[in-house]
Amino acid sequence: MRLLFEGVGHAFDGLEVLEGIDLAVAAGETLAILGPSGCGKSTLLAIAGGLLRPARGRVRLAGTPPEGCLNPLTYVFQDFALLPWRTVAGNVALALEAALDRRQRRERVAEVLRLTGLSDFAGAYPRQLSGGMRQRVGIARALAVRPAVLLMDEPLSALDAQTRELLLEEFLALWRRARTTTLYVTHNLDEALRIADRICVLSRRPGRIRGILEVPLPVAERTAPGHAAVIGELRAELWRMIADEVRAADRELAGAAAAHE
Amino acid sequence: MSEPVREVPFRGGGFAPRRIRRLAPPFFLLLLLLWEGAVRAGTVSALLLPPPSAILEALYELAASGDLWRHLEASLQRLVLGWALGTAAGLLLGLAIGISSLGRTLGIPLVAALFPIPKIAMLPLFILWFGIGEPSKVATIALGSFFPTVINAYAGIDAVPRSLVRMGQSFGLSHRAVILKILLPGALPGILAGARISSSIALVLLLAAEMIGAQYGIGALVLQAGNLMRTDRLMAGVVVLSLLGLAVSALIGLAERRLLAWR
Repeated sequence: MRLLFEGVGHAFDGLEVLEGIDLAVAAGETLAILGPSGCGKSTLLAIAGGLLRPARGRVRLAGTPPEGCLNPLTYVFQDFALLPWRTVAGNVALALEAALDRRQRRERVAEVLRLTGLSDFAGAYPRQLSGGMRQRVGIARALAVRPAVLLMDEPLSALDAQTRELLLEEFLALWRRARTTTLYVTHNLDEALRIADRICVLSRRPGRIRGILEVPLPVAERTAPGHAAVIGELRAELWRMIADEVRAADRELAGAAAAHE
Repeated sequence: MSEPVREVPFRGGGFAPRRIRRLAPPFFLLLLLLWEGAVRAGTVSALLLPPPSAILEALYELAASGDLWRHLEASLQRLVLGWALGTAAGLLLGLAIGISSLGRTLGIPLVAALFPIPKIAMLPLFILWFGIGEPSKVATIALGSFFPTVINAYAGIDAVPRSLVRMGQSFGLSHRAVILKILLPGALPGILAGARISSSIALVLLLAAEMIGAQYGIGALVLQAGNLMRTDRLMAGVVVLSLLGLAVSALIGLAERRLLAWR
């Protein structure tokens, strides 16, 4: 399905955080939203999934959802948002309980646990798992509802660098197969360059679209040594686009604005 | 001249009190023996402080005559009924405060205003309302259990991370499902902590209510024994109360271990 932002703008207590966002996420595309803290990228993602009513504009979803889809717009959260009192299988089953009977549920849970390499951990509780395993559960839970659009809110930011690399590898393989439309919010340039078809750079306060960069290499080839120069070029260009904003964000005093991140 | 070399001295690894195994029971026994000995030697009057042996004997007599069970049954009935009513009502109001703006707006000032009242002060009024029999005692216990339950229930709900609620909503869970599958299980640690507090308050109120006007009940037993200078019986009642308190606490501990195994 396609996700269309039309003139979306938002303010918290008179503080403009997003302005004039016109953006179309194409079917099967992975679009990264890149920007420094305070650019409203998390706000944009909350609006995209209907967790926040935008002050201006609207978001529309076009196309038909995939077969068996239980929740077209599905999030993967930075803090994983797992229920600590449910096992891995219980967490994954949460969103299936209203729609599927016990047998169907068990099948679907088993399927996504296998895809994410969690089959051996079905009975474990979140506190027993490493951060990487917890986010695998978050991703398994999202896949289990057969989403039309994945909304990923800095899904790897809470993980250490090595685990991040590991999960990126694994899930790039998964994504390439599923081709689910994905909106991927991040502040990490390299992450964006690894997974996105296009990268949308936001300016800050209010967040506006500063530019959209296409990554002209297939995802599978981006780490190939032969393409290091192309990726390096793109990285430099991205950094030029956001360096000033990052500097401004860095020098800002914590205060009223920070409360709205 | 060689440079001085010395070993790094050990300066401590932090205070770390831990339990020494098998020391507590003999210590307890020693205290009891000292007590018994002091009374037998005449250092302490057996009337003012009956020795452990006399208390045991009184306990045995009470049990053999069946009096103990009559008293215990009456007390347990009041305790369970009052506590269950107060807890059920408290959970409802706590939930209302936890999930609804109206409940929060009206409920919190109400609880803040009424919570500090010593609930036993309401017993005379309850006796006027319900008579001297069971309902006034049950109502006092229920009222005492109610407030800590409300406060811990809504504090428990408030402590559930909002990100989990948003997660539930983002997966299309119904309002009802968010309450039943996210808020209530998340609030359970708080609710059980509240049960610990409310059950100990219920026990105190049970005693107070039984001392004010009851034929049967451990409180009545203790009071009557005191009036008759039967301090051995009085202390037997106190021992039963202590065991009752331990049993209630053990039950809640069991519930915590079963229901909060995920922690």
